[in-house]
Amino acid sequence: MNPSRSHGIRISGVSKVFAGLPRPAVDDVSLDIAPGEFMTFLGPSGSGKTTTLSMIAGFVPLTSGSICVDGKDISGLKPHKRDLGVVFQQYALFPHLTVAKNVAFPLQQRSVPKPEIRTKVDEALALVGLSDCADRLPRQLSGGQQQRVALARAVVYQPRALLMDEPLGALDKKLRDQLRKEIARMHRELGMTFLFVTHDQEEALTLSDRIAVFNNGKVEQVGTPTELYERPATLFVAQFLGESNVFTEDGDERKFVVRPERLDLHAGPDSVPDGHQRRKAVITEVVYVGNHHRIGLRFDGGTEGSAMRLAGAPLPAAPGEPVIASWSPSHQTSVQGG
Amino acid sequence: MTPMNSEQRSSVQRGAAQPGASQPGADRLSQTVDMAGATSTRHNRRSATGWILLPAIAVLLVFFFYPLAIIVWRSFTEPAIGLDNYTALFTDGVSVTVLLRTLRTALIVGVATLLIAYPYAYAMTRVSRRMRAVLTVLVLLPFWTSVMARNFAWYLLEQRGGLIDRFFSAIGIDGVVLLGSVTGVTVAMVQVMLPFMVLPLYSTMSTIDLRLMDAATSLGASRPKSFARIYAPLSLPGVVSGFSLVFIVTLGFFITPALLGSPQQSLVSQVIETRVGDLLDFPGAGALGTVLLVVTLVVLFAVSRVARPATALNQAVDRA
Repeated sequence: MNPSRSHGIRISGVSKVFAGLPRPAVDDVSLDIAPGEFMTFLGPSGSGKTTTLSMIAGFVPLTSGSICVDGKDISGLKPHKRDLGVVFQQYALFPHLTVAKNVAFPLQQRSVPKPEIRTKVDEALALVGLSDCADRLPRQLSGGQQQRVALARAVVYQPRALLMDEPLGALDKKLRDQLRKEIARMHRELGMTFLFVTHDQEEALTLSDRIAVFNNGKVEQVGTPTELYERPATLFVAQFLGESNVFTEDGDERKFVVRPERLDLHAGPDSVPDGHQRRKAVITEVVYVGNHHRIGLRFDGGTEGSAMRLAGAPLPAAPGEPVIASWSPSHQTSVQGG
Repeated sequence: MTPMNSEQRSSVQRGAAQPGASQPGADRLSQTVDMAGATSTRHNRRSATGWILLPAIAVLLVFFFYPLAIIVWRSFTEPAIGLDNYTALFTDGVSVTVLLRTLRTALIVGVATLLIAYPYAYAMTRVSRRMRAVLTVLVLLPFWTSVMARNFAWYLLEQRGGLIDRFFSAIGIDGVVLLGSVTGVTVAMVQVMLPFMVLPLYSTMSTIDLRLMDAATSLGASRPKSFARIYAPLSLPGVVSGFSLVFIVTLGFFITPALLGSPQQSLVSQVIETRVGDLLDFPGAGALGTVLLVVTLVVLFAVSRVARPATALNQAVDRA
């Protein structure tokens, strides 16, 4: 399949108010998705990420704001005129049509000539590795296979972007990992703009070019996975994306966070490097997680936190014993909120 | 659900149920008996199911198949052995007319109830839970009312000077008396038959994932097109079972035509009743009943073919 021309999506001041709900489901969200970008909406359930996707797809009308694809406002268009591909959590394959007929459906709607439909369907099924399932019915396939058919169906007509609403949510762990890799590969091969909605931070971190973190209908922060993980702007982002040790600046209300793997633990003050920040703590537990130990800490003042040691590295102290946690100031990040 | 569909499904299930992967409770049992042959346990289970069915089968045999056999038998043997009763039916100039009128009425009632019930059942799947309860009660209300009460209500509405007559008089059309006409019978039967259409439709429609319509529109199909290509075929099993139910019950409906119709425009059930009750022509009535039964079976068979697997239909459409 040829890489399709890429298209950008611009969301400007979009809000959605559902009648009878106290606060907007989506509250003045503005985002720019670059052509060919893999953008992920990450957030807990009820944070507005799926509603935003539904508004882009056209299933839910906007209360205010606008959505543009390639600079053209599409917020007034019916869903079938938007030329976007959508993949749903529950596959949404047509149960009475074979796999090939499902994938052919969008092409038939576009009056593509029959021979061309056949080649494109074959190509799309080959892309997801299901060429020999063309004549089966959806219910004869596993969940993972069904979702791959749904992916093939959503990209076969080279839509302007592919929107995915928790596409891995209904699958078990192993299939999820497998399909995640396939989605990454499809993005590389197709060069299409991908918009991916998930509540799973691991999916978000491993797949995305950029992530928009949603909370309470608002976007907390947009950035690359590294930016979000290393430099979270808000306490919510710091805690939703990975683990964080949260500290309060002395004589100040401002908070800053340090990631567990950035903490050094010392039995005594002598070994703390010059220029490092430090806090006294007590080890509460040591949990073996295979390739590393997660070390639970209680800092002076009672805050809970954690540090990480690779498997094989010696522990400075045993559970119940005091330690000194230190970190380089370059690894601490001031956050808002909380 | 059509008979063919359920047959297909059960064969898939049987295929999937490998020995040992069957019902959890039976697992240990079938494993221990495996050496003796898993087929014997399956056989035992089936014959146990047979015992449960015995009362129902006995009742059916005694109160349905036995009288039915007698009726058919007498239609061929009285007064003399042969097809006399049947040739009489097709040559008396009345029976065929009545039969056709009955079929036409049943068809009209079937189509009319479908047109009314389809949007209603669809609405039932879209509204809030509380509204759905209200709509369900409204459908079931006629079930809880006696058949006689309902038909007398229509009698009052349709008679000369009744509500319908007065309504049309008020807007300047005089003499709309439905009582005693096939139209009057049809209108009443549509109302009586509505639940039989709404309930199968609703039970099929409630299994259709509404996300499919979103998916279809996102793939480029307009709402009407999504309905035609996705929703309509998926609701077809409900249409078929509702339509066959209404059609067949209407064919043999007695009370409504007896009360609201007239001897001049009678339907099959009325003619049968007259032959048995007034003319004591049991063989003739039996012949008419047998013809009606055969027609019903033919229609049922034809309908089940039409709606067999929805996929076969689609493939045919695509090939055309």
